[in-house]
Amino acid sequence: MSQTMIAARAPGIRGRPRNKGTLPVLILFLPPALLVFTLFVILPMGEAAWYSLYDWNGYGLPEKFIGLKNFELLFRNGAFRQALMNNGLIMLVSIAIQIPLALWLATMVSHRIPGAVSFRLIFFMPYVLADVAAGLIWRFVYDGDYGLFAAIASFFNVASPYVLADKNLAIYAVLGVIVWKYFGFHMMLFIAGLQSIDKSYYEAAEMDGATRWQRFRNITLPLLAPTIRLSVFFSVIGSLQLFDMIMPLTGGGPSNSTQTMVTFLYSYGITRMKVGFGSAVGVVLFVICVTLAFGYKRIFMRND
Amino acid sequence: MTDQTIIAGKSLTEPSVIAPRRRREVFSKHRMSFVTWLYLYASLLLIAAVVLLPLLTTAVGGFKTLGDLRVNPFGLPNQWVWSNYLDILAGARYWQMLGNSLIIAVLSVILTLAVAAMAAFTFAHVKFFGSGFLLNYFLIGLMFPVATAILPLFIRIRDLGLLDTYWGVVLPQVAFGLGMSIMLFRKFFQNVPHELFDAAQVDGCGYIRYFWHITLPLSRPILATVGIVAFVNSWNSYLLPLILLNTEGKYPWPLGIMVYQGEFSTDWQLVLAFITLTILPTIIVFFAAQKHIVAGLTAGAVKG
Repeated sequence: MSQTMIAARAPGIRGRPRNKGTLPVLILFLPPALLVFTLFVILPMGEAAWYSLYDWNGYGLPEKFIGLKNFELLFRNGAFRQALMNNGLIMLVSIAIQIPLALWLATMVSHRIPGAVSFRLIFFMPYVLADVAAGLIWRFVYDGDYGLFAAIASFFNVASPYVLADKNLAIYAVLGVIVWKYFGFHMMLFIAGLQSIDKSYYEAAEMDGATRWQRFRNITLPLLAPTIRLSVFFSVIGSLQLFDMIMPLTGGGPSNSTQTMVTFLYSYGITRMKVGFGSAVGVVLFVICVTLAFGYKRIFMRND
Repeated sequence: MTDQTIIAGKSLTEPSVIAPRRRREVFSKHRMSFVTWLYLYASLLLIAAVVLLPLLTTAVGGFKTLGDLRVNPFGLPNQWVWSNYLDILAGARYWQMLGNSLIIAVLSVILTLAVAAMAAFTFAHVKFFGSGFLLNYFLIGLMFPVATAILPLFIRIRDLGLLDTYWGVVLPQVAFGLGMSIMLFRKFFQNVPHELFDAAQVDGCGYIRYFWHITLPLSRPILATVGIVAFVNSWNSYLLPLILLNTEGKYPWPLGIMVYQGEFSTDWQLVLAFITLTILPTIIVFFAAQKHIVAGLTAGAVKG
């Protein structure tokens, strides 16, 4: 008697109740998502690969097949090579400066001190703002006539630097804004990670007389490793798609010194309606994303 | 007694740690030395100042005259000029931009919630041929920025006759957010106790009614999370509307603010007032609903 009851309930317990009524669900619930996703994500990605082999202005059908010529032009283009280097630099700064800064702040605001919550919110606030707004605000701060640098220069009575108009300085100015805007996000991830560490480890370490650094090095860092790997992953993917913030700051200039892959795609592919060439940029971006994402996941995130 | 054993145990390896250990015992009772305290607050205040200074300068700068701004970009205004702000608030432009952003964001949220929740429900509860494959198909979308397919996307939207319409922006936006939304929903739905479903089945309730009457009412937290992510992404988005809209009357605020800056680029005081007013809704909502927003924006990261 009890056995038959268990048997009857078993499918339900396994969470896969096989019963009538699955067909209407499949027919009603899946197609909207499938349609939207296929039409606006998967097909365009496939088409980017297809169009990248053509010289095409977007009207009529792509007919002028030119093989890999677009890619050849792309890698010969100095502005694109600059863009690749800038994307690499952005990635490097995000990992080497932003993440340690975020981690340091996360450990500080995780103390039970008055005002900790307010500090967290203040640090997170720039992340909530649109990149465009952040870019415009900093365009003012960097402005050689009105901004912070102008004020500092006039205080010391020297000629004011036009940071964003200087092709050697502009990229560092951009990097500063990136760190300003995004460190709070990583800090929040780390706070969440820190909260999940069992306090008894620290108590035990204190009993053993471990210094603050030893506790950080031997408890916090290893236990936070999954969060750090995740944070690095977000930095990498995020730095590849940087566009919104660059446009108000420099638009990729001066003389292409702050170009990223996406700003390059915009100014060389989209505004000139070079669909084939622009799609080639998209394909390169795609390949870099796949390689980094899968490579990174395979190497570092296997156990997470 | 315990004190002695610790000292004894520790002295084997590191005899010199006795003094610092005493200090940390005080620390462990959540009191810290004055030096530590000073270091902590000085650092936090410094970073908070760096975060807030550009924002405050922007807001205060909107109350200045151009001449005042030039002489004194960071102090309080000589004379508070309200007309910069009031003129913008009295004009139609500002409200129209915010209205456009709101329409696009609300449509995106509704469509995302509907489409993603339904798809995730099938993935969570119905086992069918190819379900694993299909789920992975959607998860591909997590990895790629819109930029990879932006030109083919433009051509698709144009050929569908959706160029320069709200839906033309909404559909790709929803599509690129689907992967993350489906993932978040599915995780949540899987954790709804299966006994509920069994009970509903006994009462003759099919999948669709179960979804509508039981799953959805239980899913308010995840609906809020996914909704917030979709809303913030849409509210701040720049690249898609930049390419898919060309009538200024339809521009959402990130685009509108760039146009405004282009028009009044020499009148920084107006631009600053405009920036302040456009980011004001974000900041108000952020502080009003900070818990939900922080949780929402880091949810994908923490749970993914």
